[in-house]
Amino acid sequence: MKNVKFMIQSNLSLTASVYEMRLAGDTAGILPGQFVNVQVPGFYLRRPISVCGCEEGLLTLVYKTVGHGTEAMARMQPGDTPDLLTGLGNGYDLSKAGDAPLLIGGGVGVPPLYYTAKKLLERGVTPAVILGFNTKDEIFYENEFRALGCGVTVTTADGSYGVKGFVTDALPERYTYFYACGPKPMLKAVCAKTASGGELSLEERMGCGFGACMGCSIQTANGPKRVCKEGPVFKKEDLLWED
Amino acid sequence: MGRLSVNLCGIELENPVIPASGTFGFGYEFAELYDINVLGTFSFKGTTREPRFGNPTPRIAECTAGMINAVGLQNPGVEKVLTEELPKLKACFRKPVMANVSGFSVEDYAYTVQKLDAEEQIGWFEVNVSCPNVHGGGMSFGTSPEAAAQVTAAVRGVTKKPVLVKLSPNVTDIVPIAKACEAAGADGVSLINTLLGMRIDLKTKRPVIANVMGGFSGPAILPVALRMVYQTAKAVNIPVVGMGGVGTAEDVIEMMLAGASAVEVGAANLTDPFACPKIIEALPKTMDRYGIKNLKDIIGGAFHG
Repeated sequence: MKNVKFMIQSNLSLTASVYEMRLAGDTAGILPGQFVNVQVPGFYLRRPISVCGCEEGLLTLVYKTVGHGTEAMARMQPGDTPDLLTGLGNGYDLSKAGDAPLLIGGGVGVPPLYYTAKKLLERGVTPAVILGFNTKDEIFYENEFRALGCGVTVTTADGSYGVKGFVTDALPERYTYFYACGPKPMLKAVCAKTASGGELSLEERMGCGFGACMGCSIQTANGPKRVCKEGPVFKKEDLLWED
Repeated sequence: MGRLSVNLCGIELENPVIPASGTFGFGYEFAELYDINVLGTFSFKGTTREPRFGNPTPRIAECTAGMINAVGLQNPGVEKVLTEELPKLKACFRKPVMANVSGFSVEDYAYTVQKLDAEEQIGWFEVNVSCPNVHGGGMSFGTSPEAAAQVTAAVRGVTKKPVLVKLSPNVTDIVPIAKACEAAGADGVSLINTLLGMRIDLKTKRPVIANVMGGFSGPAILPVALRMVYQTAKAVNIPVVGMGGVGTAEDVIEMMLAGASAVEVGAANLTDPFACPKIIEALPKTMDRYGIKNLKDIIGGAFHG
């Protein structure tokens, strides 16, 4: 974990409620699947946001406005210098990918998979990508994934674009491992319907984001774990879905 | 000793700044960020007889100038604290540490304290009779002078180390409870624990916290905490550790003027992991600004006039 001041370069909307913020600052050591915790002026708690892109000195966050805090984030301007805790959580284990990894993203769960795709490509493997949205208007980053050279399947729940249905309706014949992020019902279905092992990134309301408050704990097959510290990425076999 | 030093129940603290239980784990997470030996001490994660997962999530809700938590005393239980957590703590912290203990019966408290008592590094016990998160649990002890005294006496009977009783603010009058603890053998009291609160999600029309209610902390509660520390410190003859909404060196000084011998910092650690070292660093300059030579001289300074 690092405590770093970043400077906003741009903060633009991708859809009606999804924004892309680019920030300049120290990005050393940030891994795919990790998140940052953003101080938003006027709000007591930081906002945990997954890392969508990370190059030397440039961080990209793609986030959805779901409440007053993220709405305030969307109003932040180029030149603003938010205080971030970076390098939080464990991240995806890319060594497990095999030769045909699959990335499965649902809605605002898509962003961390973009950085993951880039890192997989650096390792010489091209992931297949399934992006799930409710409807056509909510789609973002399809072209960004295509530009990386990934095969992309988009699903929409209402059938307004791509494959009608959910991400689990578009699973390919063969894949060696999967990396997923999205809403809980989607992750549950992904666990049930995937043939390979894989890792899933969870979301939970957090206090600190770095393991101190125990606010985001979940029960796993290996006992209580903090989503912010031992997670947010968990192995498929570690997750319990009794509820 | 330096101008920041204070004495808490016979043990010298290099400075009065103490991360509060539940916001600092067992120290080692923060030790990755800074040398935690700069702290006066810290109060480790509330420990119970048995392991506890705590409450269902969501356990956290944001408020204006604060937050609500309903973690529910998640901890690995006293056995694992002894065998797994304290060795890790020892590796990064060389000062006496404050052991925070919770229980659901008088016997639970005595059992857990007795188990921990042999640990040399434990300087003080902080007995939590006030956690508002656990149904039928800690809350009841802290809201009655008799129950608080029973717990105090039981713990007093199994340790010679200083015993601080951490009091709940969710009472009509905190003074009789503090006095009952003093009479039952407490070496000090610490206050305030969190204030019982709730938030409702306007989208779902339901409480944000799965447990409905939780403990409210953060800068918003400082005035309430100051008032209760002041009332208590005036009424008892044992040290009072002040806490509640402290986030700056000014807040520490204000707490001490209200009668606190040392000051715990809670929620601030969660929004800024460097809150405590920043406060400690800012103290000398802040003292200069207000003409304070030694911190120990200002304890209860607001009592007169």
